[in-house]
Amino acid sequence: MGNVLTIILQRLALGLLTLLIVSIVIFIAVNLLPGDFAQSILGQGATPEAVASIREDLGLDQPMVTRYFQWLGGVLQGDLGTSFAQANFASFSGTTSGATTIAEQIAPRFGNTMFLAMITAAIAVPFSIILGILAALYRNTVFDRATNIFTLSSISSPEFFLAYILILFLAVLNPIFPSLSNIFEGMPFSERLEKSMLPALTLTLVVTAHMMRMTRAAIINLLASPYIEMARLKGLSPMRVIVKHALPNALAPIINVIALNLAYLITGVVVVEVVFVYPGIGQLFVDSVKIRDIPVVQACCLIFATAFILLNLTADIMSILSNPRLRHPK
Amino acid sequence: MIWFVAALIGMGAVAWVFRFAGQAATGNAPKFRDMPYGVAYGYVLGVVVLAWLAWAYMQGRSEDTAIANKFFFLRIAIEGFIIFAIAAWVFRLFGRSVGTAGTKKLFRSMPLTASFGILTILIYAIFAIFAGAIAPYGQEQIIPGVAANVIPGGDPTLGGNPDFPLGTDQIGRDILSRLIYGAQNTVGIAFATTVLAFLLGGTLGFLAATLGGWLDQLLSRAVDVLMAIPSLIFALLLMTIASVWAPQLGIPLTFFMVVIIAVIDSTRVYRLARAVGQNIVVMDYIEAAKLRGEGLGYLVFKEILPNATAPLLAEFGLRFCFVFLTIAALSFLGVGIQPPLADWGTMVRDLGGFVNFAQFAPMAATAPLLAAGAIALLTVAVNFVVDWMLQKSSGLKE
Repeated sequence: MGNVLTIILQRLALGLLTLLIVSIVIFIAVNLLPGDFAQSILGQGATPEAVASIREDLGLDQPMVTRYFQWLGGVLQGDLGTSFAQANFASFSGTTSGATTIAEQIAPRFGNTMFLAMITAAIAVPFSIILGILAALYRNTVFDRATNIFTLSSISSPEFFLAYILILFLAVLNPIFPSLSNIFEGMPFSERLEKSMLPALTLTLVVTAHMMRMTRAAIINLLASPYIEMARLKGLSPMRVIVKHALPNALAPIINVIALNLAYLITGVVVVEVVFVYPGIGQLFVDSVKIRDIPVVQACCLIFATAFILLNLTADIMSILSNPRLRHPK
Repeated sequence: MIWFVAALIGMGAVAWVFRFAGQAATGNAPKFRDMPYGVAYGYVLGVVVLAWLAWAYMQGRSEDTAIANKFFFLRIAIEGFIIFAIAAWVFRLFGRSVGTAGTKKLFRSMPLTASFGILTILIYAIFAIFAGAIAPYGQEQIIPGVAANVIPGGDPTLGGNPDFPLGTDQIGRDILSRLIYGAQNTVGIAFATTVLAFLLGGTLGFLAATLGGWLDQLLSRAVDVLMAIPSLIFALLLMTIASVWAPQLGIPLTFFMVVIIAVIDSTRVYRLARAVGQNIVVMDYIEAAKLRGEGLGYLVFKEILPNATAPLLAEFGLRFCFVFLTIAALSFLGVGIQPPLADWGTMVRDLGGFVNFAQFAPMAATAPLLAAGAIALLTVAVNFVVDWMLQKSSGLKE
């Protein structure tokens, strides 16, 4: 067991290192911008003295390395900086009235996005595993082929197409769910669930296909092995062979692909949130990109990257834990 | 919980009735006698779905406009599906009887989905290349004397105009022409981006595989870091920065987008090219070429590349889909291909609100769906072809 622990610790260290380098990449990318914050916020008519004073206030006159560590130190303490759009000049002159920090802006939206991702996972994971098992059980039948075509189509359609199709059929023609997900704090859970149903269903369509195909492939891969042959020969039903004998061994790749798809949800969420005007972090990100609110873009990017890396790390560790062959690498 | 158990019992009962009826009708044929409940239920479900679709289709043709409107889209979808299936079947038949022996053989073993994919890609290619000749109006042309937001369908009583079968957009440009030009812009730009990504990623990947050592380490670690950032998020971040630079340098933003997406996507190509290349580099003929004193260029382009074509070609299809969807998503979010160029993602964003009128004026909702559907159709087609190619080359038959 000690061996596994070392490997996991190594992976964790590697993940942290990646995160650090990613933060450097994001920081450098943002600093590629021409001009600087002070100049852009004061406009063209700024006197050199005013620019210099704001620069000094914000620490922009310091070298890039120093600024990076200041930013990183702030992030580690939960201080993501102040948004351009929210910043008012009073805060620069010493009083902190009115300006909301990015952390305050992001926190509730982050919760909303997590809520959406969790609903999606709750629908998509059981659905895709059951569908995958059925497709493996009835492989090469009409059912299998129809599922194959359906999943291939939904995996390759853009998210907004699926979203508009769902709006068309489930919100406009048959008003079952609302097409706008205006969620606010203190909403009762059932109403919240109903309002986030369409975005969740869209995301489900996007991720189900991949998970279902992987489940099917992982099970079918095993069906040629001798112990499955044995189970079949002793007269077990096909369903029992697959669920009791094939599924446990196919679990590692399935868990892996589920974690990877949850990581994919993080990116897919951006477009879907925009379509349904869902007040999540993806919407904030796109809005900030449009008005070039660099500190917010930087913070959102870091959060997305962190979530992505953490989920990938989880997938890695899960597949090590569930597979003895990976526990003892060559 | 009660509902769940009740549903299970109901499903079982339906299956039992179906099996019993089958046994009675066929004189206890083994096909029905040994049928599991799940399969029996599946048959019943399939029949019910087909019957419902037929019923919905008839509703869509009903005289009552309120009912017809409600099932209009389902009707269009069913008609489209049947037309595409027939077209794919005819195309396959055509491919089987015309052409060289090689292509005939290829078409003989082809599933319907793949022939549908090839047909669709051909049609898109024709539209993209001859867009200027096919489109009735220019893509940026605001036709004088024509109202904005003319409803598609060309029926004057419903707010259409026969000269504009798909209507006009919010500033009075012909949507049909913009859709056709969109094939040129969206597909063309995505294709160029994919080619660039392959040139970059493929060359570096093969170099890393051939040379190894510190170059391999450096490139691979750099790719690891780039791949750790979600690609759409990273693209959005870089596009923000590019949108500030572009006007200052006087270079169109679209050019930046092509480079940014190509670099982000080349990381995936690099991974594959390096893995494939490493398998080839250890072969004897590479050793022989090295002993002959061949240069690096000869090794990469004459020895490794020809042997790596098959996996790279399949990857090209998948990468193209991915790039295409990324560009569409960026355009949809408003930071991709810039107006006034016609582009499908932007069209969906601009016309998307019309979906909400579907109940009263179904034709109004078709314009955004057509643009989004055009994107979906092409990616689905490419995926079908790639799926078929992969299955053929790997022999994934089971």
